Order: sequence, then C-alpha cells, then structure tokens
Amino acid sequence: MQQWGFPVDISTTGYRVDRLFWLALWLTGIAFALVVGALTYFLICYRARSDRRAYYTHGDSHGAISLTGGLALLVFLLIDVNLAYHDHAAWQAVWGAPPSAKEALRVEIMPEQFAWNIRYAGPDGVFRTADDVTTINQLHVPINRPVIVQLSSKDVIHSFFLPNLRIKMDAVPGMVTSLYFQAKTSGTYDIACAEHCGFGHYRMRGFLVVESREAFTTWMVGQSKARPPDSSWGWNWGGAA
Amino acid sequence: MEQSQPRSFWRRDVFSTHHKVIAIQYLLTGVMFLAVGGVMALLIRWQLAAPWQPVPIIGKLLFREAGGAITPEAYPMLFTMHGSIMVFFAVTPILLGALGNYTIPLEVGARDMAFPRLNMVSYWFLFLGSASMLASFFVPGGAAGFGWTIYAPLSASTEMLPGWGQDLFILGLALDAVSILMGGINYITTIMQLRAPGLTLRRLPLTLWGLFYSAVLNTLWLPIVASALFMVLCDRRLGTAFFLAGPLAPHAGGQVLLYQHLFWGFGHPEVYILIFPVWGLVGDLLSVFSRKPAFGYKATVLSMLTITILSGIVWGHHMFTSGMNPLVGKAFMFLTITVSVPTAIFFLNWLGTLWRSAIRLTVPMLFTLGVVFVFAIGGLTGLFNALQTFDVYIHDTYFVVGHFHYTLAASVLFGTFAFIYFWFPKIFGRQMSSRLGKLHFWLSFVFLNAVFSVMMFVGLHGHMRRIADATAYEFLKPVQHWNVFIGWAALGLGLSQLLFFFNFLYSLFRGTPAPANPWEAGSLAWTVPSPPPEHNYDAVPRIWCGPHEYGVPGLNNGDWLSQTDPRAKALAKS
Ligand SMILES: [Cu+2]
Ligand SMILES: [Cu+2]
Repeated sequence: MQQWGFPVDISTTGYRVDRLFWLALWLTGIAFALVVGALTYFLICYRARSDRRAYYTHGDSHGAISLTGGLALLVFLLIDVNLAYHDHAAWQAVWGAPPSAKEALRVEIMPEQFAWNIRYAGPDGVFRTADDVTTINQLHVPINRPVIVQLSSKDVIHSFFLPNLRIKMDAVPGMVTSLYFQAKTSGTYDIACAEHCGFGHYRMRGFLVVESREAFTTWMVGQSKARPPDSSWGWNWGGAA
Repeated sequence: MEQSQPRSFWRRDVFSTHHKVIAIQYLLTGVMFLAVGGVMALLIRWQLAAPWQPVPIIGKLLFREAGGAITPEAYPMLFTMHGSIMVFFAVTPILLGALGNYTIPLEVGARDMAFPRLNMVSYWFLFLGSASMLASFFVPGGAAGFGWTIYAPLSASTEMLPGWGQDLFILGLALDAVSILMGGINYITTIMQLRAPGLTLRRLPLTLWGLFYSAVLNTLWLPIVASALFMVLCDRRLGTAFFLAGPLAPHAGGQVLLYQHLFWGFGHPEVYILIFPVWGLVGDLLSVFSRKPAFGYKATVLSMLTITILSGIVWGHHMFTSGMNPLVGKAFMFLTITVSVPTAIFFLNWLGTLWRSAIRLTVPMLFTLGVVFVFAIGGLTGLFNALQTFDVYIHDTYFVVGHFHYTLAASVLFGTFAFIYFWFPKIFGRQMSSRLGKLHFWLSFVFLNAVFSVMMFVGLHGHMRRIADATAYEFLKPVQHWNVFIGWAALGLGLSQLLFFFNFLYSLFRGTPAPANPWEAGSLAWTVPSPPPEHNYDAVPRIWCGPHEYGVPGLNNGDWLSQTDPRAKALAKS
C-alpha cells in the first residue's frame, strides 16, 4: 500500500506508523495554522501609525493568566495526551505482541563494517550447530509468516532499517536486541544501515527477499553450510527458543 | 571596580579583560566559523545532489587527490565538522559569548563582568579549541569522521578511526567546553551579583533570563559530556574500555550505551542552551518593536525555568532504537511531549505582546518574527520525533535532520541575525543598511524553509542521514530529485548570506553614525552613547521600572519610559 510521502508499506503493521503520522500532522497542523493566522492578523491590523498607541498591558491580570494557562492545558489534553494514547496503541501492535517462537522464523543478524551477516538455524531449528545457514546481505523470508530477528554487532553500532516495514533497531556490540515483523507482499526490498558506522556507511545495503513458502524452502536448501559456526555469535535464544 | 586603561595594543585589543572587547572577539570568531560551517554544508549538499561528481570551482583546491570530488573518507569528515563547528564554534560563541558578554554588564548597569580575567581566559580557551579543531584537517588521516555525536565504539577505538585528527577534535571540544563553563559561571554571577540598585529580578530584560538559564544548563551538563569525551580519549589512547564491548574488545566488558546516556544527557539540554538566549531576545524585541510591554513576563520566565528542569530528564528520546527498554522509552516520550506546555505559554505570550500593539517592521523585528515562524515548525515537528512508534521509523533519517535544523539552525540563525542587526549600532556606533537587511531576511526566509522542509519530506520517505549517496538504494530513487532541489536552495541560502557580510563590513566603516538609542528601547544599555565608553556608566545608574515600558498612557513626549526615567516612580505607585 503506497501512502503519499512514504515508501511502499509491505508489512502487516506499518500502516499503524503511517496513521500516527497523519494524526500528528493534523493536530500540529491546526496548532500551526492558529499561530500563523494570529501572527498574520496582528501584523496586518496593528501596524504602527502616528495616531495610535499600543494598548498598555503587561498581560499579568488574572484573566490573561487563566486564558494562557487554559490554552496550554488544551494543548496538553488535545495534542499531547491524544498523541501519547495513539502512540501507545500503535506500539502495542508494532512492538508489543511478538509471535511465539514456534510459529515464527528466527534469524540472527551480526553486522560488521559494511555488510550484514545473516544466520538461520537450519533444519534442526537450533543455532550454533553444523547445519546453520549463513548468508551475507541476503535476508530471505517467507511471505505471511512472522519473523523474529535478533541483532548484535561485530564492531561498531549499526542500525538494521527496513524502510518498507517502518521499523529499525540498533545492532549494538556487547548487546542483543531484537525486532519482529511479518511481510505481506512478495518482492525484493532494501535493507539499510541507519547508524553512521564509518566511511562505507552509505553502501551498507542488504536485500530483503519476501517469497512464497516453497521458494523460501528451495532457496534455503541451496545455501552453503560451509561457514563453520563462529564462536562470537549464534547465541542462546533463551525463552524464545 | 575602577580599571586603569591599558595602553598597549596587546593588552587593550588582544589579551583584553574588558567585556565589550571580548564580546567582539567572540562575535568575529563565531561569524568566521559560521562561514566555514556554511561552506561545509554546501559541500555536503553538493555530494548528495551529484554523488561523486567533482565539486565546481573549489573542488580542485580542497580535494586535489580525488580530482576535485568528495571521497567516501572525506564525506564523514564534512558532516562531522559541519555539525560540531556550527554548534560549538559558531552559534555558541555568537549567542553566549558575544550576546552574553556584550549585553549582561550593560543591561545590569555594571562596568564589566564579575570576573574579567576569567572572561579573558574563557575566550582564549575557545581560541585554543578552534585551533585544535582546524589543525585536525591537516594531520594524516584527516579530520574527525565519527559524526558530531561522537558515538562509541566508532569513536572510542583506534582500530576504527586511527588518525590523530579524531583526538585533536576531542581535545578541541574539551577546550571549548572549559571555555563555555567559565563563561557560564561569569554570566550567572554577574546577573545575580552586579545588578544596579532598583534592578530587581522582575525588571531584568528577558534576554538576560535566557542567558541565565542557558548558563545554568551549561554549568550543570557540560561537565558530564566533557567527562564522557575524556573517557573516549582514554579508550582510544590509554587502553581503557569504558565504551568498548563485543567482538571488537572481547575481554573489555565496557558499556556502549553508557556513552549515549552521557552524551544525550548533555545533548538535549544543549538545544535549550542555544535557544534560550534567542527566546529571551525574541521576548524583548517583540516588545520594543510592537511598542507594548512584554505580555506575561512572569509566566515567560517561569516557563523557561520549567523547561530548564524538564530538559534534564528527556534525553532518552534520542535512544528509542538503541535497545533501551521500551517501557523507559514510554516515560521519556511522555516527559518530552510535556515540554509543549511551557512552550505553548511562550508562544501565547509572544502573540499576546503583538495583540493590539503598534508594530514597527524593522530588520531586527523581521528576524524576530522569523524566529517565531520557524520555531513554530521546529517545535511542532519535535512532537513527531517524540512519539516512540513513529520515531523508530524516522530515527536517523532526514526527518530528524530537518526538524533539528528548524530548531537549531533556522531559529538560532534568525536569532543571531536579530541580535546582530539590533545591537550593531550600540556595539559599533553605526547603523546597518535596512534595505539590504530586509532583502537578506526575505531571501534567507524563503531559501531556508525550502531547504529544511524538503529535508523533512525526504526523511519521511526514509532517507537516512549521514549517507554519502542516496542513489545506492532502490527505495530512495523517487526522492533523489529533491536532493538536487535542496542543493539549489542551499546554494541560494548561502549566497544570500553574502548580503549580510557585505552589509556588516560596509556599515562597520561607512554606516551612518548611530545615536545612543536608535530603536527607542527602554532597557538600560540604550541610555549610554553608541558605542558605550570603556567604563559603560559614569555613575551607578538607578533603576525605576522594567525594561518594557512602551505605550505608557499619559506621557507628554514619546510613548515609552527608559528604565532610568524617574517618572516611572509614579507609575509603580499608581
Ligand atoms: Cu552500518
Ligand atoms: Cu532531545
């Protein structure tokens, strides 16, 4: 689904992010129009003339203070609380309901300057075994199936960004972070690094390939398992495994 | 307090302890770096508009080895140095160093700052810091390339960025931090201790309140970022591992996120450090040029205090995608959007000042109104960034870059120009050309909005910041022509500033001589000649009212009262 101003949304939850933008745009747009409208009106009506003097007030009367305070309270209730409420609801949908490890495909991503090392558990479903599948910059996922990604980093901070799914998460050395998504449109999309990670940051591009279950299985079988399990990753999935 | 006049050129104009001389030193340093940082911005926009193409005219000079084109290694240096130079060596010297040093003693009725020698040392620390920053361009490996946020471990490991340019950069920032800290202590002390009799806290110009809270924030938070920078330096050169972890340093056990907490703990207040003096100035100038008292003075000052407190507990909104616990993120989101309440009070009071006023559209007034307009955009777009779920998408994209350029570049730049156009006659005793000034305003206004609003638009499309070439990505192809557009608009913005430089230099030597009070302003500084004598005041002035007594009813000549006008005594009684 293509929204004006956004790249194509291929996820089941991305529309929540886009809607949040439009809501915020409406609310702040009204506030902006009111401020600029008042500013313009005052600039037209209250220009200095030799026959007129400004209305002498310090704006510290009870009336003025209640009016200012009341309008600020309106801003708080109509904009702040409103947006926070909708953000919370969107967060629950996009980040707050991770799929169970059984139904989801699990992937580990360990970026380094300037590439994405990607690891699947292989047929046995357990990481750090001989049948693990590793690829570079190629993240294949089956369509309409939840995917859980765990991230860490080999060197500096990178940020795993899927613009067409409206999500990103930093890959931080010494930490494991995670995100999940479900793609509903097949095709090849960009993976970008969003955190400045050195002179090759701009070309740290990967590919997200969303394909049918059959195509995914075929691809997986064709992948080499030549790379030996590397001791620095292939980590314990804990409760998620 | 009596100072003997130093005779030699070196003591009088170079190693001076006098606040007005030091202010001019800060001003010239800041304006010079504004030009340097501006040229870097144009180089960045050239690279994004025409990736890897030789830079016209100056390319052969700057990037000789690459045939005039910006290399992948040079690009990070450009955006790192652009950001740091603009924030710490252009805007801070102008808005704190120059505005603070020039106006504080004059506006409180003092002959100098509370600690004149500390003031001199403060400027020379900035000078050493600038020298270190500039020197970093000429060492092997070139200038710093980790971004102005200096994120570890990219910054903290010599395996990543080995050159000494990185260390010179950190040293330069640390020296500048010491300079700002000394300035801050001086501002706070002078405002609190050296006010003339009758100048109660409620009668201070709002500019001084802005400078005061800005100095408070600096003295609270700068030591934290300075320590963090020192820790980065230790990680680089002394074998410590405060911020090193993961396979890069398997046995180090440092904490990568700790650096971000320390940096943004300062980094967010820094926004207000830069904007408070501008907000104060806007409050004063709106009052002067609408010939009406500042509306809701006390509420404005209390709002500034509220933001000072809030600014210290919202830094986590920079870290929603860092792997920080989402629940903590939620708290940071809510605290952040709460800042809109005191900010709304600010805007309402500005509009209240203009309501039923008598507006004079002078050049400083145009820039002041410009601040109100661009800060409305900057502030409101801040709400988008504060929303956790939406921020995860636009974090580290040009949406954020456009937003913070509206608050920091646009508002602060317009504030800087309002300051210079307004205070120029007092500082140099000559008037700037108002025709050129108006042209400068309108061109800047149009180009600046074109640049920064389109940045937000391409950011909405997912355009990452700090990438040297957007054409490397399929999803960014549809917006590449907007990068070309921004390039042209940025060039227009840059060229418009030539009007300012010309006006500044021409007026410095050929401008019409300025009277003591060309703007009919009420605050204390405008009671002395332009430029003021070395000792500012012959006798300690006596203050009778606030600085915003315009449109006062029942006056025979004029519509306003100076702060020293004894007629105000009657006003206070009635
Ligand atoms: Cu990267
Ligand atoms: Cu912030």
